[in-house]
Amino acid sequence: MSENYGKLMKEGLWEQNVVFAQMLALCPTMAVTTSGTNGLGMGLASTAVLVIANILVSMIRHTVSSQVRIPVFVVLIATLVTIVDMVINAWMHELYKVLGLFIALIVVNCAILGRAEAFAVKNGVVASAVDGVAMGLGFTGALVVIGLIREFLGAGTLFAQASQLLGPSFAFLEVKISGYGGALLMILPPGAFAVLGFLLAGKRILDRKLAERDAAAANTAPAAA
Amino acid sequence: MNLDTLREKIGYQPLLLGVVALLASAALAVVSDATSPAIAAAEAKDLRDSLSEVLPAGMADNDFLKDTVDLEQGGKTITVYRARQAGEIKAALFKVAERGYSGEIQVLMAVDMDGRTLGVRVLKHTETPGLGDKIEAKKDDWVLDFNGKSLTDPTEDKWAVKKDNGVFDQFAGATITPRAVVKAVKGGLSFFAARKNDITG
Repeated sequence: MSENYGKLMKEGLWEQNVVFAQMLALCPTMAVTTSGTNGLGMGLASTAVLVIANILVSMIRHTVSSQVRIPVFVVLIATLVTIVDMVINAWMHELYKVLGLFIALIVVNCAILGRAEAFAVKNGVVASAVDGVAMGLGFTGALVVIGLIREFLGAGTLFAQASQLLGPSFAFLEVKISGYGGALLMILPPGAFAVLGFLLAGKRILDRKLAERDAAAANTAPAAA
Repeated sequence: MNLDTLREKIGYQPLLLGVVALLASAALAVVSDATSPAIAAAEAKDLRDSLSEVLPAGMADNDFLKDTVDLEQGGKTITVYRARQAGEIKAALFKVAERGYSGEIQVLMAVDMDGRTLGVRVLKHTETPGLGDKIEAKKDDWVLDFNGKSLTDPTEDKWAVKKDNGVFDQFAGATITPRAVVKAVKGGLSFFAARKNDITG
């Protein structure tokens, strides 16, 4: 299992997607996805913490006894988030002004403890790192999709202020639909629930269609042979 | 004794927790020590940037971040930054706060020696996105309306939003937010008028 990195990536990005399949980390998901840029920033910061946490947990997995593993992981993750917060504040201050609010929120992201518990504690360092990257990117993708939909419907823009987060060379990402003021509801919390609900329903339908197609292919294959 | 049997001993777990807590604290102390000068410098730069935004260019030739006076006002300490030209105080910069629609709105303002506002910026707020956040200078020009206003211009009863028969615009769907900012700026001007001697002294 630990050698099958392709499968890990596929699980992280789609089949076991943190938001769309595991339904974890919904608090930061709802809170920060008022725009695509916010979602991207939160997703990337969470990915960094997730990868480092997975690696560290995997490294100490033989030392930690199972009775006290949860407090140990909580201390580890909280320390990590605080360090990331301080380092970004000190040496990437412009980024901190955009992300600062979200970084402390990562500590309550249950997906990180969830991956430590469900994966890193049972697997090797490399596999855990890959799992962290896959789950992190899946989370980032979900946040960006929800953020873009809410931003588009709510404010009529796409990736507004992306150049503040990624640097001036990414200003081309910013799109403004002229003449559309947006439906404020989508920016407010109800919009987050609505968008997430429709996306979850959409994923269920798509997954069922795919499963039916696979089943049909499996049925016809022996008959043709 | 190998790790598997050692791990099951009752003494192992508190020891492990203690070591983890110690290592975590040590790591935090080291990082905090390494980053604090850079963080302090970055925050000072932020403060200087926002102060220079409310203060017209060329108004100060001193380092007004260091030229401060702390005044008590209603149980709170307000730090006043003094902008000087050739040693003479030209403007006072300070923060005021007022309760908005959802939480406190922090306003930074600069006042000249005649008691006129030179500039007003909203530093921090949690107003509704899309409605109340037009008080931000980067979202709307509204906050520039305060430039040049004083306690006598407009007159006392006109220091309000238009809905309350004042001179300042409100926003469609958001009256409480601009009302709070107007109140904050008016309060700041009154504070300056009342404490001018302490500020210049």
